[in-house]
Amino acid sequence: MSIDWNHFTPLAAMAGGVLIGIAAAMFVLLNGRIAGISGVLGGLLRPVRGDSAWRMAFVLGLVGAPLVYLLFAALPRPQIDAGYGALILAGLLVGVGTRYGSGCTSGHGVCGLSRLSPRSLVATAAFMGAGFVTVFVTRHLLGI
Amino acid sequence: MTAFASLLAGLVFGLGLIVSGMANPAKVLGFLDLAGHWDPSLAFVMAGAIAVGAIAFTVAHGRAVSFLGAEMRLPSARHIDRRLVLGSVLFGIGWGVAGFCPGPALVSLGMGEPKALVFVAAMLVGMGAFEFFERRKRAPAPHAA
Repeated sequence: MSIDWNHFTPLAAMAGGVLIGIAAAMFVLLNGRIAGISGVLGGLLRPVRGDSAWRMAFVLGLVGAPLVYLLFAALPRPQIDAGYGALILAGLLVGVGTRYGSGCTSGHGVCGLSRLSPRSLVATAAFMGAGFVTVFVTRHLLGI
Repeated sequence: MTAFASLLAGLVFGLGLIVSGMANPAKVLGFLDLAGHWDPSLAFVMAGAIAVGAIAFTVAHGRAVSFLGAEMRLPSARHIDRRLVLGSVLFGIGWGVAGFCPGPALVSLGMGEPKALVFVAAMLVGMGAFEFFERRKRAPAPHAA
């Protein structure tokens, strides 16, 4: 392992993290819910009367964030190296996995670890571990 | 009112993902690539988010209703089972393949990235498949009961 000093951005990462923490705080203190993005999305696919507006609003906020960012600064363009086949496979795995495992990086990673949930600690260790192994296999064993 | 709070929270969450660089899959994969040139940024995002979140959840745990009067709905499940681990492992594999998890994918979709649209569409199909099989498991076959 060697640290990639050219791409390591601790201050921006920490500042962005604080914003994410504020968003999770707003969500639980105002709505009484966990800001888990896969759970919010998944609930839209199982519509319950009167339970969809806040979910749609949260998703709209996420999708609309780049527009608001544009008011202050130029948008950094994401670099998406995966091909379309890999994106479809990854999307299916993320969709099924986050619902089966009851959460993703936001629900288990940010909110769950913030509330010291043992379930979330196990889930976060499992998806981070799987992520590390997957990148090791694709980049260093298969050379993709 | 809770819908407006949700919209604001979604916006702040999305801005946090852009500012932190996590809306960029290449940067997320840089964190997941321990054996290559490792970019530890994602750990700093988590640290910043958890520092604020820990305070908020301490306050939330002591309340029966939110500041807007909504019922507190915090998860009460404590068991660690196969679903939790297997689901999280599947998610982690998908995360490692493309560098996208649900939040950053939605933000990238908002940036007008066609590849993010493909990922989000596949993710929704995956979530829909989960709902379909869960519903079938819960409801017994019409003439079997």
